[in-house]
Amino acid sequence: MASPESAVNGPTMTAGAASKSLRNAFGGVIAFIILVLIGVLAFSIRLFSVIKYESVIHEFDPYFNYRVTQFLSKNGIYDFWNWFDDRTWYPLGRVIGGTVYPGLTLTAGTIWKVVNSLNIPLSVETVCVFTAPIFSAFASWAAYLLTKEVKGPGAGLTAAALLAMVPSYISRSVAGSYDNEAVAIFALVFTFYLYIKTLNTGSLFYATLNALAYFYMVCSWGGYTFIINLIPMHVLLCIVTGRYSSRLYIAYAPLVVLGTLLASLVPVVGFNAVLTSEHFASFLVFIIIHVVALAYYIKGILSPKMFKVAVTLVVSAGLAVCCAVIAILIAVVASSPTKGWSGRSLTLLDPTYASKYIPIIASVSEHQPPTWPSYFMDINVLAFLVPAGIIACFMPLTDSSSFVILYIVTSVYFSGVMVRLMLVLAPAACILSGIALSEAFNVLTRSIKFQLPGIAGNPSIASEENGSSTVVAPNDIPKTEEAAKEKPAKKNRKKEKENVEKKPTPSKTEKRLLVLPLEASVIAVLLLVLLGAFYVVHCVWAAAEAYSAPSIVLTSHSNDGGLHVFDDFREAYSWLSHNTDVDDKVASWWDYGYQTTAMANRTVLVDNNTWNNTHIATVGTAMSSPEKQAWEIFHSLDVKYVLVVFGGVVGYPSDDINKFLWMVRIGGGVFPHIKEPDYLRDGQYRIDAQATPTMLNCLMYKLSYFRFVETDGKGFDRVRRTEIGKKHFKLTHFEEVFTTHHWMVRIYKLKPQRNRIRGKTKKSKSSRSVSSKRDVRGKRNPWH
Amino acid sequence: MGRSSTVKETQALFQSLRSAYAATPNNLKIIDVYVGFAVLTAVIQVVYMAVVGSFPFNSFLSGVLSCIGTAVLAVCLRIQVNKDNKEFKDVAPERAFADFILCNLVLHLVIMNFMG
Repeated sequence: MASPESAVNGPTMTAGAASKSLRNAFGGVIAFIILVLIGVLAFSIRLFSVIKYESVIHEFDPYFNYRVTQFLSKNGIYDFWNWFDDRTWYPLGRVIGGTVYPGLTLTAGTIWKVVNSLNIPLSVETVCVFTAPIFSAFASWAAYLLTKEVKGPGAGLTAAALLAMVPSYISRSVAGSYDNEAVAIFALVFTFYLYIKTLNTGSLFYATLNALAYFYMVCSWGGYTFIINLIPMHVLLCIVTGRYSSRLYIAYAPLVVLGTLLASLVPVVGFNAVLTSEHFASFLVFIIIHVVALAYYIKGILSPKMFKVAVTLVVSAGLAVCCAVIAILIAVVASSPTKGWSGRSLTLLDPTYASKYIPIIASVSEHQPPTWPSYFMDINVLAFLVPAGIIACFMPLTDSSSFVILYIVTSVYFSGVMVRLMLVLAPAACILSGIALSEAFNVLTRSIKFQLPGIAGNPSIASEENGSSTVVAPNDIPKTEEAAKEKPAKKNRKKEKENVEKKPTPSKTEKRLLVLPLEASVIAVLLLVLLGAFYVVHCVWAAAEAYSAPSIVLTSHSNDGGLHVFDDFREAYSWLSHNTDVDDKVASWWDYGYQTTAMANRTVLVDNNTWNNTHIATVGTAMSSPEKQAWEIFHSLDVKYVLVVFGGVVGYPSDDINKFLWMVRIGGGVFPHIKEPDYLRDGQYRIDAQATPTMLNCLMYKLSYFRFVETDGKGFDRVRRTEIGKKHFKLTHFEEVFTTHHWMVRIYKLKPQRNRIRGKTKKSKSSRSVSSKRDVRGKRNPWH
Repeated sequence: MGRSSTVKETQALFQSLRSAYAATPNNLKIIDVYVGFAVLTAVIQVVYMAVVGSFPFNSFLSGVLSCIGTAVLAVCLRIQVNKDNKEFKDVAPERAFADFILCNLVLHLVIMNFMG
């Protein structure tokens, strides 16, 4: 990877336009070949999951996207826009057309349609599985274009190669991870590239393309608010640092107007594009840039004296108007309880917000802050190449390099808030590391080239600037030693520093290129190549071992090296689809909603969209209540089957008993009779003999551990590593209908209501019994 | 005392503004008139909305944003066509106008779609 870049970056020394153009053409062909190879690399490194397991859709969210794409391919786009899904969130339903980000499904649907019309018979599932690797190749090429605009083609190629392999991006775009980020990262980098291109060229054509790329980003992912806040921030930075130019106006103003309109076109966003606080920054900077543009225009046509008069006049009059407008704005924004921001955005600004107010957002594991090792795992070597890249961006500081610096700083902050946003950090880290590595290779190969015997060319080529700061130091040390000998021994450190600072300036005016010693350069090149090799090894390992698990199929290695496959989830879903009626409702925790509707094709109560907190709290309450109350809650919602995931037999740690406290918290947030301390013994969550009676009687415990003692005779839970508390019990309101092979998914059926109520009716009078029953029910069950 | 001097200064200011503006070429003045007309139309629409109410909101939004959008694009055209701008020396005015037309086409396509 080092040598082609030096051939591309090597300056032409001999005269003759013909040889120069030939060398440029040769460099261009090599760059093209390298780009194709980078695309192939990005595609193939993501195929580990297909090779190790099978071509299957992973995780939970991708199943929903897959189901929507199936619907789109079967019924066409008009039915897709108007689709009201009644098989989820029973009995509320979900308006799919208005609540889904359509970019991913439309992209995959288009690819499927085009490919099938060319008579290549790919199924919808194959297209869905391989969409992410294809778009990651596109994202690498977009990163090449972006970095080329900032620094040059060498940096571009390095950045593209780094982005093709960075583990953080691989984790969300393996073959089978059919999620919004798969296309959104490509749209993000491409939008930024077009913005920088417009900024550099000032062409309205690229501004139009920028707005269209932004539209594609809005269609694809909710993270588009990052773009519409980062670009105004950058414009403001340019204005404040005195870099305002008319190209900035052309880059920003059409984007705001066109972008807002295009964003309102997407049904999910709709009027939020003008009403929510996430977009206010762009409007504010829109007004500011017009004021600044007007000020510069008037400055251009007036004499300086007149301009001063104008300024004083405007400032005095405008200040009053400004204050009035700001007061109105603050009143409007403060009147809404969340100040106009959505819950998720508030979590980004104040990381403790979600845990205090919205337990659902806090409970998602992707929304937790990352640990320090995860930075090294996810972006590896780039973590310490980024600061070098930031320094390289300052020499020289252009509009585009200031944008990249702002991008990395904001994305580092946001990645520190949520693990999920490490994904936004990855392209920024790759761009900056590409710049750093490219600059380092520039200096080192130039040193080698100028010091090799026989190629002693003209060192005063002014086309390159004077290298990085590391180059200045070794050449200055002999000079300061001479200066120290000249001056008397008593000298401050301050004076020494002044001498060091003075020495580079005369050398700059001479325009002599500083070079490092030959041996040091050779060793440094070898070490950098070794660094790249470590990075590649880590990325391939991460892709193969850490991020390729489809999580719907689990594997483990037995003692003799054989592979044991746990396919319990699909077993349960196919049992459901074959042994129940089409209209039967299945209740489970919301994690499994998408998979149930997609694979089992049954109606569910709650799913991963989590848009209705009260409905989820209802299910949580039912799972935390004793059997009779839970039966009544489920019966009122027409539920026929209840599904729980249980990992105690095989040691699967992500089962429902481990998630149970979240069910209690979310349920308790809406129904105050569920209190979390009731389920904890001395603040500790246990399910053994020391557990509280509320815990041992709740539905989740009973459904998970029913007949569990029959597996090993003692009831030893492998995940919690204790014996369970209540071992022998019967279910009164539910009956077990299916348990998978490794006991990982257990399905229960609600027993129908009894025709005769025995017991109390015989003893007491009819009127008193009815009223007492009503009273008793009213106290315990909030549903009547 | 101070007030009369500021009044005189403002008068002198407007005088110099007017004389400096009169020196701009005619094609730029035409673009400025177009920009002024677009902004005026937007203001009329906002006043109408304040009187009548904002339903349907998408029509109001598309109307106002189309006026502001075409004004912004005209300003961009003016920047690119202005001979005093050294940054855009090598951009032919025909090319600038073609970009302007293209951007306006996209803008109005979106407007037509959004107006409802």
